[in-house]
Amino acid sequence: MDTSPDSSPDSLDNLIATAKSEIAACTELARLNDLRVELLGKKGKITAQLKQLGKLPHEQRKTVGAEINRAKQDLQSDINARQQVLEAAALQAKLVAEKVDITLPGRGASAGGLHPVTQTLQRIETLFSRMGFSIAEGPEIEDDFHNFEALNISETHPARAMHDTFYFDAHTLLRTHTSPVQVRIMETDPPPLRIIAPGRVYRCDSDLTHTPMFHQVEGLLVDEAISFAQLKGIINDFLHVFFEREDLAVRFRPSYFPFTEPSAEVDIQCVMCSGKGCKVCKQSGWLEVLGCGMVHPKVFDSVGIDNEKYTGFAFGMGVERLAMLRYQVDDLRLFFENDLRFLKQF
Amino acid sequence: MKFSEQWLRTWVNPAIDTAALVEQLTMAGLEVDGVEPVASDFSQILVGEVLEINPHPDAKKLQICKVNVNADEALQIVCGAANVHVGMRAPTAVVGAQLPGFNIKQAKLRGVESFGMLCSASELGLEEQSSGLLALPADAPIGQDIREYLQLDDVAIEVDLTPNRSDCLSLLGIAREVDALNRCGLNIPDIMPIPATTDKTFPLDIQQPQACPHYVGRVISGIQAQAVTPLWMQERLRRSGLRSLSPVVDVTNYVMLELGQPMHAFDLAKLSGGIQVRNANANEKLTLLDGQELKLNADTLVIADNNKVLALAGVMGGEGSGVADETTDIFLESAFFTPEQLAGCARAYGLHTDSSHRFERGVDPELQATAIERATALLLKIVGGEAGPLIEATQAEALPELKPISLRASRIKRVLGAEISAEDIEQALTRLGLAVVAEENGQQWQVTPTSFRFDIRLEADLIEEIARIYGYNQLPSEMINIHAEIEPPPSNLNLQQLQQVLVQRGYQEAITYSFIDPKLQAQFTPQHSPIALANPLASDLSVMRTSLWPGLIQAFLRNQKRQQADVRLFETGLRFIYDNEQKLQQQPMLAAVISGSVWPEQWGAPSQAVDFFDLKGDVENLLHTAGITAEFVPSTHPALHPGQAAKLMFEGESLGEIGALHPQLAKQLDIDVPVYVFELALEPLLANKLPVFQALSKFPSIRRDLALLVDKDQVAADIINCIKQNAGELLSKLELFDIYQGEGIDSQKKSLALGLTFRASSRNLTEAEVEPVIEQVLQHLQQDFDASLRF
Ligand SMILES: [Zn+2]
Repeated sequence: MDTSPDSSPDSLDNLIATAKSEIAACTELARLNDLRVELLGKKGKITAQLKQLGKLPHEQRKTVGAEINRAKQDLQSDINARQQVLEAAALQAKLVAEKVDITLPGRGASAGGLHPVTQTLQRIETLFSRMGFSIAEGPEIEDDFHNFEALNISETHPARAMHDTFYFDAHTLLRTHTSPVQVRIMETDPPPLRIIAPGRVYRCDSDLTHTPMFHQVEGLLVDEAISFAQLKGIINDFLHVFFEREDLAVRFRPSYFPFTEPSAEVDIQCVMCSGKGCKVCKQSGWLEVLGCGMVHPKVFDSVGIDNEKYTGFAFGMGVERLAMLRYQVDDLRLFFENDLRFLKQF
Repeated sequence: MKFSEQWLRTWVNPAIDTAALVEQLTMAGLEVDGVEPVASDFSQILVGEVLEINPHPDAKKLQICKVNVNADEALQIVCGAANVHVGMRAPTAVVGAQLPGFNIKQAKLRGVESFGMLCSASELGLEEQSSGLLALPADAPIGQDIREYLQLDDVAIEVDLTPNRSDCLSLLGIAREVDALNRCGLNIPDIMPIPATTDKTFPLDIQQPQACPHYVGRVISGIQAQAVTPLWMQERLRRSGLRSLSPVVDVTNYVMLELGQPMHAFDLAKLSGGIQVRNANANEKLTLLDGQELKLNADTLVIADNNKVLALAGVMGGEGSGVADETTDIFLESAFFTPEQLAGCARAYGLHTDSSHRFERGVDPELQATAIERATALLLKIVGGEAGPLIEATQAEALPELKPISLRASRIKRVLGAEISAEDIEQALTRLGLAVVAEENGQQWQVTPTSFRFDIRLEADLIEEIARIYGYNQLPSEMINIHAEIEPPPSNLNLQQLQQVLVQRGYQEAITYSFIDPKLQAQFTPQHSPIALANPLASDLSVMRTSLWPGLIQAFLRNQKRQQADVRLFETGLRFIYDNEQKLQQQPMLAAVISGSVWPEQWGAPSQAVDFFDLKGDVENLLHTAGITAEFVPSTHPALHPGQAAKLMFEGESLGEIGALHPQLAKQLDIDVPVYVFELALEPLLANKLPVFQALSKFPSIRRDLALLVDKDQVAADIINCIKQNAGELLSKLELFDIYQGEGIDSQKKSLALGLTFRASSRNLTEAEVEPVIEQVLQHLQQDFDASLRF
């Protein structure tokens, strides 16, 4: 093998030419790396050429040396360029190979959900808790005193017959409304009071529009200067926020509850037909959504609150009714069938 | 209460149309339930007189009539009604008349020309069904439009009254309201005492004056019971929803509608001795007007004569003593029975009548004489006869007391939050029939209540009336100042957070009934005897639940039937159990049921059925959220698989149970897939403690893994507890990361692989320190559980 630079001046050129074509033809990064070592490594061909320089006459060394260095740089840059091309191609290939069908569904369990009645209850609770109401609870198996007597519904009161009460014995019953909670709170806590009492209530009645168990939220506010005007204010605000309609028409209609006076039933403009009249509102354009009134003096008497010092208001609403309107559910009974296809919609 | 608008307007006639009147009533608390035209929408039906009737040549059932409608000539009309007769006046639809669904044209009926139609009441929309033509009075003006003659451009207004407004169960009460709302004045017919023209009376014996503090009676003799009720009265009754029966009954009903006083007429010939108002004797019998026979209770107030019970007081009359066609003398009753007496009375016999409805809610105790005078005047006009003197018995002390009420302007303002003028206050109350006297420069009034309003006894009652008449929607609406004290929430954790744990783990919340089937319940919790309803809706809703499981299992079954096999349901709510002292506890619980696959069916994960540990993982997550470290202790429960059941113990108390549904119970319930359930008491879960920070160690840890051979039935928790007890405080973490049974080890053994991580908080731990600890642990494991290291 003749490796003397001066003895074969063309051999460097040949070496470079061969190396360049090899680099250009290289299709794998590993092979390109091998080439780099073969050419430019410590034992590589170019390095060998440099090592031969010492054998040259002094005057040639500089020019030949410069030539070899140029060649080295030239090859280095070819290798780098080739490397970039190959890397880009490899990346491209990897990307193609790793492509997934992103339309396939994600892995794992789907989340469940809360019952629409619970969601409605929580919404009501949240709105009133922002107005400073705290949440109170009471027993579902109640006594006659808290469910009726203390609420000014005497034994012979016609309202009793309308309550369709489930009894256990003459004095024990399933609460027909959440109003006994207000009595229990007033018995134990001194005013000012600001509570809501959500929960299950029971009536001995079952048909298309009645289930023997349903939910109510009772509210009570007792303080030194509470008026009907404030009751109107709070109910108006609540309904506008609950239904997310600033322009929702609300009206207060005189009604009768033995434990409030004045008493009112509150209608909202039908949310299904915007008041034009439809099946849901029985063509009236109005939907009754809650009952309310100023706490009756006899109720304050029965729990020992001073009627002259304090006034208060109470309100009560049916949660299923509100849930039906909010979610446009048209059959009350669906709430208690617990069909997953129904529950998963909320 | 249903009434004719036209009739009302004869008493009070505000300058507003029907729609406005209806709106006004509703907004005053007399909620209008329906407004219906009193007749169909028709035109060109005239009063006709049948002049002549000839048989139809080709149809047996048809007749050819000549009818005079005051036109140029009589109309030939083919008619099929059986009651048509010469001289009859009947509604006649002439050619061009429009009726609902059809028009009258000149037509041929079986070959004979017909120029109109003679009409029945149902064709005019006056009745649902009728047989034969509507016979008009002989003085009906021939040719007059029937709408005009019967005044059919009228509506029947039905008001749904709250139980406090018995005063509005009469036209008089409604009229009074309308006047108060419009200040338009009342035009009520004068009711004058009728002078007696005979001295016939009948003895009266009120044995229960507390129940019947006021009774007025009168004998009217020599009546024509077969007279016909005038058409105007029939029409007013009909428009109020009452059928015309006979003139005497019609008059009593008419006066009831007009004034609100239920009345009853007895056939005097069928009474012996005198009238008694007394309590029934136990098991005394009465056959009602409708034929129903009652066995009476001893506390039921009855009207009797000297021999027998005649009527259920204030509810319904009896069969034997009513007015019939042959009746000539009647005894008219107009009484006040107290609401307390009548409460529940009708219902006890499964009855509800117009009379009981009014007495239960309260009839004006001062109305009886007025009503009987009004009825007498009408009867004398319609059936003739001679009126006897009034027979009256009063127990003044038993009548409702009417004490004056002080009404303060300041109180009105405070309760309503509105300034209402003295003029408005006085007008409203006065027009409602209350006597109002101003005091203290108009800052206070003395108001005398009235006998017809049972619901006005207190200042608050008056304020409500003022608000009602002023208009709730005219009252101001005001924002409340929120100056509530900020109180700490009862717990750092709330129910919603626990619910969210389950929701995030794929559970749907269910709400099931609190009362369930006792048989189903007994299969789940035979150890608890439930509290039972006295009046359940159905036997499968008759006891209160002692566990949330039966309801959830029913929900699971319902879903399974509807092809929803993957079920994760939870519920929160009360269970009702007797504690050791036989006291009923209403205990809030959280329960769940799971069945089906771990994951929903999907491409990226293998299908796998849920098992005990899926549910246990969910429970552990709940406990973690609640900050509770509970112990799962093997246990037995009637509803659970004996090999897959655990009780959760926390601070010596049981938190609840978890396990697989017992296969035998599952079989009884037709469940053929594994089902897992848990039920936890909510209160301890929500009473979580505030976590206290512990400093983080900066030093590295040392981990040692142990593979232990133990008996195959050995409970892992015991091994873990033993290690924890003996490893000392250096042990910072302990994990059970593998369980192996099978090839390579004794068939009576299993291998537990445990990872023990040691760490000191203030220094580098050395192997030399850990070694003796491991030795000690192994020693105890060997001693207590015959556990050996597996190599
Ligand atoms: Zn509508």
